[in-house]
Amino acid sequence: MAIWLDRSSKVLVQGMTGTEGRKHTARMLGFGTRIVAGVTPGKGGQSVSFEEDPIPVFDSVAEAKEATGATVSVVFVPPKFAKAAVLDAVSAGLDLVVVITEGIPVADTAEFRAAAQEAGVRVIGPNCPGIISPGQSNVGIIPPNIAGPGRIGLVSKSGTLTYQMMFELGDIGFTTCVGIGGDPIIGTTHIDCLQAFQDDPDTDVIVMIGEIGGDAEERAADYIREHVTKPVIGYVAGFTAPEGKTMGHAGAIVSGSSGTAQAKKEALEAAGVRVGKTPSETAALAREAYENR
Amino acid sequence: MDLFEYQARDLFERHGVPVLRGIVATTPEEARRAAEELGTNVVVVKAQVKVGGRGKAGGVKLARSPEEAEQHARAILGMDIKGHTVNTVMIAEGADIADEYYFSLLLDRANRTYLAMFSLEGGVEIETLAEERPEALIRAAVDPRTGLDESVARRIAEEADFPVELRDQFVNVLVTLGDVYREADATLVEVNPLVKTGDGRIIALDGKVTLDDNADFRHPDRAELVDEAAIDPLELRAAEKHLNYVKLDGEVGIIGNGAGLVMSTLDVVAYAGEDLPGTPTPANFLDIGGGASAQVMADGLDIILSDPKVEAVFVNVFGGITACSEVAKGIRGALEQLGDKASKPIVVRLDGNAVEVGREILTEYNHPLVTVVETMDEAARTAAERASEALSSSSTSGRN
Repeated sequence: MAIWLDRSSKVLVQGMTGTEGRKHTARMLGFGTRIVAGVTPGKGGQSVSFEEDPIPVFDSVAEAKEATGATVSVVFVPPKFAKAAVLDAVSAGLDLVVVITEGIPVADTAEFRAAAQEAGVRVIGPNCPGIISPGQSNVGIIPPNIAGPGRIGLVSKSGTLTYQMMFELGDIGFTTCVGIGGDPIIGTTHIDCLQAFQDDPDTDVIVMIGEIGGDAEERAADYIREHVTKPVIGYVAGFTAPEGKTMGHAGAIVSGSSGTAQAKKEALEAAGVRVGKTPSETAALAREAYENR
Repeated sequence: MDLFEYQARDLFERHGVPVLRGIVATTPEEARRAAEELGTNVVVVKAQVKVGGRGKAGGVKLARSPEEAEQHARAILGMDIKGHTVNTVMIAEGADIADEYYFSLLLDRANRTYLAMFSLEGGVEIETLAEERPEALIRAAVDPRTGLDESVARRIAEEADFPVELRDQFVNVLVTLGDVYREADATLVEVNPLVKTGDGRIIALDGKVTLDDNADFRHPDRAELVDEAAIDPLELRAAEKHLNYVKLDGEVGIIGNGAGLVMSTLDVVAYAGEDLPGTPTPANFLDIGGGASAQVMADGLDIILSDPKVEAVFVNVFGGITACSEVAKGIRGALEQLGDKASKPIVVRLDGNAVEVGREILTEYNHPLVTVVETMDEAARTAAERASEALSSSSTSGRN
């Protein structure tokens, strides 16, 4: 099993007719993801040809869902149009909307997040690499060949750290890896993923990667203490980040005493999470937890 | 981006938030002329810095004449407040303050919505108030889809038991501040203090505003708000090349792909440097993103090597969709482009997609400055060692 995404998931791509959308659709198809439709307002009725059959393009998510039975969307549209795209997917009542787009104004994210919550639609991202259930389906831009299926669940704020961790633990493999993104407001949090991995019978060990900014890791620590019985291994990036400087992600900033890596590490350790000092040490801890499971 | 108080004042004024007149000055003479122009009995000379606590630091002074305003400005301009140099002062009208309140509207990351906060006890450090008398601070969740509308403002007024005769005016000011937040794409609008004057007017006496950089595309006029004087010249140059660069204090230049991996690289380098002579630390944060083409790599290396403190460079790339072979070609192209400008040892760690080909390209290239190391930890150590060696030899020659 996996969380939220498996081989049966039918996926539509919003922005498939654009350069990025087309490139990554080809990549996802190559992995075996069941891409059934594209959505670009104004281009309904067209189709885009990849190696196999042409994929139909629709004007709206509702039409695409009606015609193809898609339940998952991945969004590659530029920041300016992202809010409208996500709201379209939310109002069509999909199960999962994965927003890859980087640079969306936080007010737009706050708006579509509120709408998604009300409609019961799960949003992952924005500004994230997506979600992969190795051996089953890959939605987003996570390189497909780093790791195979296995029994670790991975949740991460950072894209390349996700890849690094998948690479280090590639021989054990993963049920699902979720890149939740580093924006100040995100659709799916560490806690959502911890809960899903705790409930997933095929996940034995959970690896959680955080970074400076906000207090998501601290709240995740509280959640773990109360609700998670599976071993959790943590990593936090940004111990040496100075106060007041944004480190790449809009949300990665230490302001005053809050958001520091040290505070996050301490909170996690107090909840029984073993925290690695470096990615490789974190991988070693995860390996140990897996072997002793 | 954080705004200066005077920029926030201008923004408020444009949206119809009641503010006092204020004129900026960068010299004592300008300050005197500003006070003359305002023509009020009392003016306030206020240091313009993007940091709290300027009052305590002596950065806010009352003046009863233009000459006094000039004197205060002379003392305040050039002052250092918590590491921020004062280059500008604002000369503001004096106000007859009867009461001071606190108001803010901000992004609530934890609840993934907006939060309005209000207190009848303004003018103090809000963190202190929140800690010592949390009951005095009203918090109201604001739906991002509707914003701070009249119903939220009325709820706040009622909960605070705000003076009834001024309630309509108060509600109007709050709703207008809500408009500022939405229309300017802010993530913080704070007014401390919001005041009631002796004649019963509600005025925003100070303003702190943070704007969302992601929304710049909706605000083409925003570039002029940027305070270029406060930005490190290397950061400015990097921004022109669309590189995500943050200048730090150390000696090991860092290039990587992906914000998280680069942050992690800084940490690993700092750990490696802890026990070495001269304790080298990271010189910068530089995320070159997914592409890592020769041009991006050359731009990145060029910026890093322009930092005179840098003694060694660590290039840490995980090839995801970008193949390591492309990254290796990028490094080779960059070094060819830079020629003699590349003068410091460069330690490269590549992993992931097409890593063997990538390492082979660099091995064959056999550049005297480049060392390829297999793991991130080992590469960080090597880079820190190179920097440490350079530091010790320069300090030795310094003694001789």
